Amino acid sequence: MNTTTTAPAELGTAAGAEQTDTPRRRLRPGRVVLHVFLITTALAWFFPVLWAVVNSFRDYEHTAVHGYLSPGGFTLDNYAQAWTQGEMPQYFLNSLIITVPAVLLTLFLSSCAAFVLSHHSRRFNLVMLAVFLAANLLPPQALLVPLFRLYTSIPLPYWISSSGSLYDSHLGIVLIHVAFQIGFCTFVLSNFMKALPTSLLEAARVDGATVFQQYWRVVLPLCRPSLAALATLLVTWVYNDFFWSLALLSSGDKLPITTALQNLQGSFFIDHNLLSAGSVLVALPTLVIFFLLQRHFVAGLTLGASKE
Amino acid sequence: MAPHGTSPPSPSRPPSAPAAKRRRPRPRTGGTLRNSRGDRITVALMLGVPAALVLGLVWLPALATVVLSFTRWDGIGGLETVEWIGVQNYVDAFTIYPPFGPALSNNLIWLVVLFTVPTVLGMFLAVLLDRQLRGGALYQSIFYMPVVLSLALIGFIWQLIYSRDQGLLNAFLAFAADAPPVDWFGDPDLNLYAVLVAAGWRHTGYIMLLYLAGLKAVDPTLREAAAIDGAGPVRTFTSVVFPALLPINLVVIVVTVIDALRAFDIVWVINRGRNGLELISALVTQNVIGEASRVGFGSALAVIMLLISVVFIVVYVSTMLRGASR
Repeated sequence: MNTTTTAPAELGTAAGAEQTDTPRRRLRPGRVVLHVFLITTALAWFFPVLWAVVNSFRDYEHTAVHGYLSPGGFTLDNYAQAWTQGEMPQYFLNSLIITVPAVLLTLFLSSCAAFVLSHHSRRFNLVMLAVFLAANLLPPQALLVPLFRLYTSIPLPYWISSSGSLYDSHLGIVLIHVAFQIGFCTFVLSNFMKALPTSLLEAARVDGATVFQQYWRVVLPLCRPSLAALATLLVTWVYNDFFWSLALLSSGDKLPITTALQNLQGSFFIDHNLLSAGSVLVALPTLVIFFLLQRHFVAGLTLGASKE
Repeated sequence: MAPHGTSPPSPSRPPSAPAAKRRRPRPRTGGTLRNSRGDRITVALMLGVPAALVLGLVWLPALATVVLSFTRWDGIGGLETVEWIGVQNYVDAFTIYPPFGPALSNNLIWLVVLFTVPTVLGMFLAVLLDRQLRGGALYQSIFYMPVVLSLALIGFIWQLIYSRDQGLLNAFLAFAADAPPVDWFGDPDLNLYAVLVAAGWRHTGYIMLLYLAGLKAVDPTLREAAAIDGAGPVRTFTSVVFPALLPINLVVIVVTVIDALRAFDIVWVINRGRNGLELISALVTQNVIGEASRVGFGSALAVIMLLISVVFIVVYVSTMLRGASR
């Protein structure tokens, strides 16, 4: 996908040079070494995932007898078994219940904050951005005790949380994800909004648009590329979270899939092929997102770093 | 601060005239945002709700942790059972808590290894891939694929390689060299490094990505000028490109330090951070959510984490905001 975006002229010269075998400024042996190095490293990089995938399709009885380096013994049973024995549908549902609201809420709240901050007086703007951004980098363990205490002391009606408090509720997990991720998203979005032409908002104001209309109808639609990149990133981060669910959920049946892996480890104890199948299933959502939305994912990861 | 091209100015930021005027008296936007009462309430809510979440769920608990670190408390009784003991928890951590020393040194080893291997390799890969190459996009995808996997899951995937009885590595070693099986994740002298290979596998792709973005922003004329002056590729990189990457280098340093400090998931899924895999984050968690919860002591350990990270957070935030405020 990326190759199509590279400059066609340069691609042409590179290909031409290799075909005609008259490299003027590029040394061919250097190129060969480069590609050999890259191919070796890439294969080594891909191998652990490949190994998990291959073994997930192999029969335990076969590998236990003949060893992992033997060929054959392919089966689909591990997946069926991991899915049912590991109670994966429940855990996947929990991940969905946590991830979707957390991502939407983070994007909504951070775009609101970014909209206000990108229009406010300068010093206040910077102080708030610093407060937001720094929060994103604190070690989660450093908040654990007070947060635990806070969560157990906030009562919730039983139709929201069966535990009767914010502790051990999906809502609690959603809120801490939102609070943690708002900082980074606000920073990225406010930079993007500052770069928008001011004439757009002035025109909306002249037309009598309220502040919320300016945000919702004018600015937000223009932020779609950033929002898409951030959404991709947030989905992976929230889905991959391990710590908060470990610390703030106590009922096993409420755990999201990433944290539930630990319980699966118990039930998949010795059968590593089953463990492979379970791991592949858990990795699948993020890998699908990665391969489909790679461009957004990369854009998101580098958004903060390249300050655009 | 640095040569131009280090940090790309925001692309379509309006030219400097309005920005310069924005200086002192609160200009157009400040005034127009608050023109009606309804709008003022909207603005307050739009900033207030997110700010309340960040302050209430992140900063307030962080401050409370600092306060709790000077107390002895079981975390169960009411707040009146909190007992003030000054800096005793910190003294205890350094003197009579055996896992603390190993945890500190393991975190440090984690940091040093991340810096010396995956960070350097990631930068090297970025430099190699920052040009038109056949299959360049494919290489990039493969290198950063591990970044989308959680560290907990990475612990499982590598288990398949490291496992004593069923792992690939031992099977291979037995096959190739007739070597006796090694318990890669269980041997306290080895497991930290085995885990670091897995963690570095993920970190490399992330660093490569950051440097690729940084390299794209380096002004190409700088390189051309260096080439005209007769500098080879290595010289061009060390004396022209690398200095121009200063902001990205800062980000990479901070990201690596914070990652090394926050490392937790992978050791927790392997053995809950014991027996050679002690990390400060795991010690805090053990003390706080274990059966014998020692809230004050766990908080003191957390504050130590907090202090280390604050230094780097300040560097990071000021680097990022310097770009934003220009």
